[in-house]
Amino acid sequence: MANLAGTTPASALTAARSSQPLLTIEGLTVDFSGVQVIRGIDLTVARGESIGIVGESGSGKSVTWLAALGLLPRTATVSGSIRLDGEELRGAAAMRLDRIRGRRVAMIFQDPSSALNPVIRIGRQVGEVLARHQGLSGSSIRAEAKRLFELVGLPDAERRFDAYPHELSGGQNQRVMIATALAGKPDVLVADEPTTALDATIQAQILDLLTTIRRETGMALVLISHDLGVVSETCERIMVMYGGLVVETAPSESIFASPRHPYTQGLLAALPPFEGALRQLVPIEGQVPEPENMPPGCPFAPRCPQRMAVCEVTIPRLAQTEAGGFSACIAGPATEAQKPLSLKTSVLA
Amino acid sequence: MFRFFAIRVLRAVLTVALVVTFAFIVLRLSGDPARSIMGDDASPEAMAAFRREWGLDQPLWMQYLHYFAAIFQGEFGRSMRGGGPALDLVLGRIPATLMLTLPALLMKLAIGIPAGIYAALHRNTAIDRAVMVTAVAGYTVPSFVLGLVLVQVLAIWFAWLPTGGTGSLQHLILPIITLGVGGAAVLARFVRSAMLEVLGQPYIRTASAKGIPWAAVVRGHALPNAAIPTVTIVGFMVGNLIAGSVVVESVFSWPGVGNLLVVSVAARDLAVVQCILLLVAVAMVLSNLIVDFLYGFLDPRLAEANSSGGH
Amino acid sequence: MTAGILDLQGISRSYSTRQGLFGKKVPVHAVDEVSLSLKEGQTLALVGESGSGKSTTGRIALGLERPNSGYVLFRGTELPATDTPAWRRMRAQMQMIYQDPLAALDRRLSIIDQVREPLDIHDIGSASKRNNKALAMLDAVGLNASHATSLPYQLSGGQRQRAVLARALIMQPALLVCDEPVSALDVSIQAQVVNVLMDLQKELRLSLLFISHDLKVVRQVSQSMAVMYLGRIVEFGETHLLLSNPTHPYTKALVSAVPVAGRRTRERIILKGEPPNPAARPTGCAFHPRCAIARPECVSVCPTFSTLPDGRSVACHAVHTNPPTKEVGS
Repeated sequence: MANLAGTTPASALTAARSSQPLLTIEGLTVDFSGVQVIRGIDLTVARGESIGIVGESGSGKSVTWLAALGLLPRTATVSGSIRLDGEELRGAAAMRLDRIRGRRVAMIFQDPSSALNPVIRIGRQVGEVLARHQGLSGSSIRAEAKRLFELVGLPDAERRFDAYPHELSGGQNQRVMIATALAGKPDVLVADEPTTALDATIQAQILDLLTTIRRETGMALVLISHDLGVVSETCERIMVMYGGLVVETAPSESIFASPRHPYTQGLLAALPPFEGALRQLVPIEGQVPEPENMPPGCPFAPRCPQRMAVCEVTIPRLAQTEAGGFSACIAGPATEAQKPLSLKTSVLA
Repeated sequence: MFRFFAIRVLRAVLTVALVVTFAFIVLRLSGDPARSIMGDDASPEAMAAFRREWGLDQPLWMQYLHYFAAIFQGEFGRSMRGGGPALDLVLGRIPATLMLTLPALLMKLAIGIPAGIYAALHRNTAIDRAVMVTAVAGYTVPSFVLGLVLVQVLAIWFAWLPTGGTGSLQHLILPIITLGVGGAAVLARFVRSAMLEVLGQPYIRTASAKGIPWAAVVRGHALPNAAIPTVTIVGFMVGNLIAGSVVVESVFSWPGVGNLLVVSVAARDLAVVQCILLLVAVAMVLSNLIVDFLYGFLDPRLAEANSSGGH
Repeated sequence: MTAGILDLQGISRSYSTRQGLFGKKVPVHAVDEVSLSLKEGQTLALVGESGSGKSTTGRIALGLERPNSGYVLFRGTELPATDTPAWRRMRAQMQMIYQDPLAALDRRLSIIDQVREPLDIHDIGSASKRNNKALAMLDAVGLNASHATSLPYQLSGGQRQRAVLARALIMQPALLVCDEPVSALDVSIQAQVVNVLMDLQKELRLSLLFISHDLKVVRQVSQSMAVMYLGRIVEFGETHLLLSNPTHPYTKALVSAVPVAGRRTRERIILKGEPPNPAARPTGCAFHPRCAIARPECVSVCPTFSTLPDGRSVACHAVHTNPPTKEVGS
């Protein structure tokens, strides 16, 4: 377990790996027609690291990365800073962004079957990236695509070049997506719920593939998921998002062993255990707040069992915890909070 | 693949047969051809002779069977008014109609498709709204109203163009514009919504995330998908080439198929009306077949379902 | 097999689908020789991936689909033909809830109207009594009077699923079939619905047929479970036994594939191959193309069930001939 002290949130967890982070996001906010959905996010990604972004629907975990790559519709207003090796990406010219997307930062999505173009052969969908970012053409595209298909474990790689997405299963299509992402030899792969639409045994295959590829190529992996188990088993560092904010970030080992933020504690208490004794699940009362009705203070305050008066007016900042992580909680960070027992019976009136 | 087309063709023939039957029934029920052609003051003997000559004295089902049998032998009957073969009469009018409808079709495609794409790409901007307001106007105004307004303004007030009839290229301009505007508007609205649908698909975001420049995303990823539904409506327009100008031909007294249809219906000239309806049905059904075929070509998901595997 | 509230005896259901639009008709065995027994007041989980036939089995259990062969017994009586008065009487004691609550609710009717509807239809009690009963039911699932007057779209996903549950339970059914009831919900909300379901089960002595792909939830709610693969049950027994010591290679892989929060490094069984296609069912044991311990007989002979000392049934040649291994599957 890493024990880092005296550094700022933005770089603390990566300081041990490299002095200069690969990707830095600072003060990122995103508004959709006046409604703020991302409310100031700071994070860094170091070379080769794997970071898991966890949150429930509406937490802003996907929007953060779409914003970082300039993939949001024009109705979105993005502010803050996104730097790749020191180069500012926010507001960068489209031509510049097109050289970064797919080349330095690749992204794959949930439901691979709809993320691939249904009327274009998959070989061409991979080939596009090879032509644009590797300068390949003609037969060398076919050869390299075959190599990539083999790398991601697509059976019958040679023949697949001319197949259409509907001729492949969901798991195979996700392998094609990963091959497409690898075609640009990226430094970072952002995987947005890559296994949510897949069956359990196929999910295991894909997660295994992502980990193997990361080890072999040294690229960084950002894994966005609603499933704590998925990020726990795949990532070294976990970032928990809620209401458009990062509420806790810590090394994977410590965040599940000793969660600091009441929301992280609540998530773990709500999760049915798969090992050990059965216990009554402890749900988090209430609902995830809508962006239009975001509470003025801590977004989790209305559902928080440790809520204090100050939580309802102040947005807490990430502060370092003794376990080497950061937690954005006024009430909690120093104390190992109690399980919210008071909630146990409240669902049934 | 053969099975697929065999079934389609069979269905097409059935459709044509139904149209012909329907036309037969409606026309026979709606009035007496002998009376409308011979006139009210014709003698009973002359009427009887006319009926005998045209087989109108036989029971309705016999007439129907004769009519059907004749069609299968390529015999479409003779015009009760002019006496000539109905088919020749109709075919003779087709070039005149195509002189209007073909350029009008080109106008619809040349204006409607780019306008729809442009509006979709600039959604919710002033340009988009302008295109859409124009399109709604273009497609709500009936063609006879538009035709009459154009005649009033361009032909009567300014006297730039003839009010109707034939003779020169100038005679073509007003009818073609009248025909083209509505279709262009329909197409613009349709293409816009097809494009918007496609642009919202996850694979468009994937293409952008791969670093493909936006223009190439639109060209290479969005347009081929938006083309699939657009083919249907363009196919409908092609099927309408022969009969889509009935109103406009009347407004501009253009001697085409539509004009012949109006005159023949008024006169209960059964053979001619049935012949036109048959041609229209064949044109529609043929264009539908072509659309089906194009679908298989444009959408690999259907091509596969039609030939072998599928799910 | 002891008679429970619900007994499926050797049920099979096949469809014929065409290969392509006009191709040859191919029979698809969605459910093949499935026998199950659910004890009164207990929860039986049906587990499997897409194409396993678990949802079809649930629909057959309610008589919403007829099996081609086999029997469905409800409290020892065979289910009457669908849409007969006798079936409707029996159906009132059996309810179903689905993954998507919004699709199950009428968008234009208030929640209370929809929860009360079964009482209205069967004309049970006076209007005010019916209303009070519906309110009490909503209260039991944790929805208050203001939720009652809302329209479905005004509620969150978890609240909607609880409203659907209230409607399903208002006629006091004995059996509830739940098809992925919490799969679409966020973790924190999922726990709310699971708890409500389990509390009401205890209170009303409900029997649950719980169809799910989520083994964590299955572990939480069920006493026994059946693992299905391509329409057949491959392992059936007490949930805690199957999950702590899976015997069938497919159950082992499924258990091993469950991502557990807080677990970092471990050997996971990665199955080769794709989720199977019911229209192209492999010969012999349908699992053999993906099985690490497949042997020649698995390709040709479909394994029969053997009963292990702990009471579970397993359909696997490797288990048939060898005594069960005692190692933990993960």
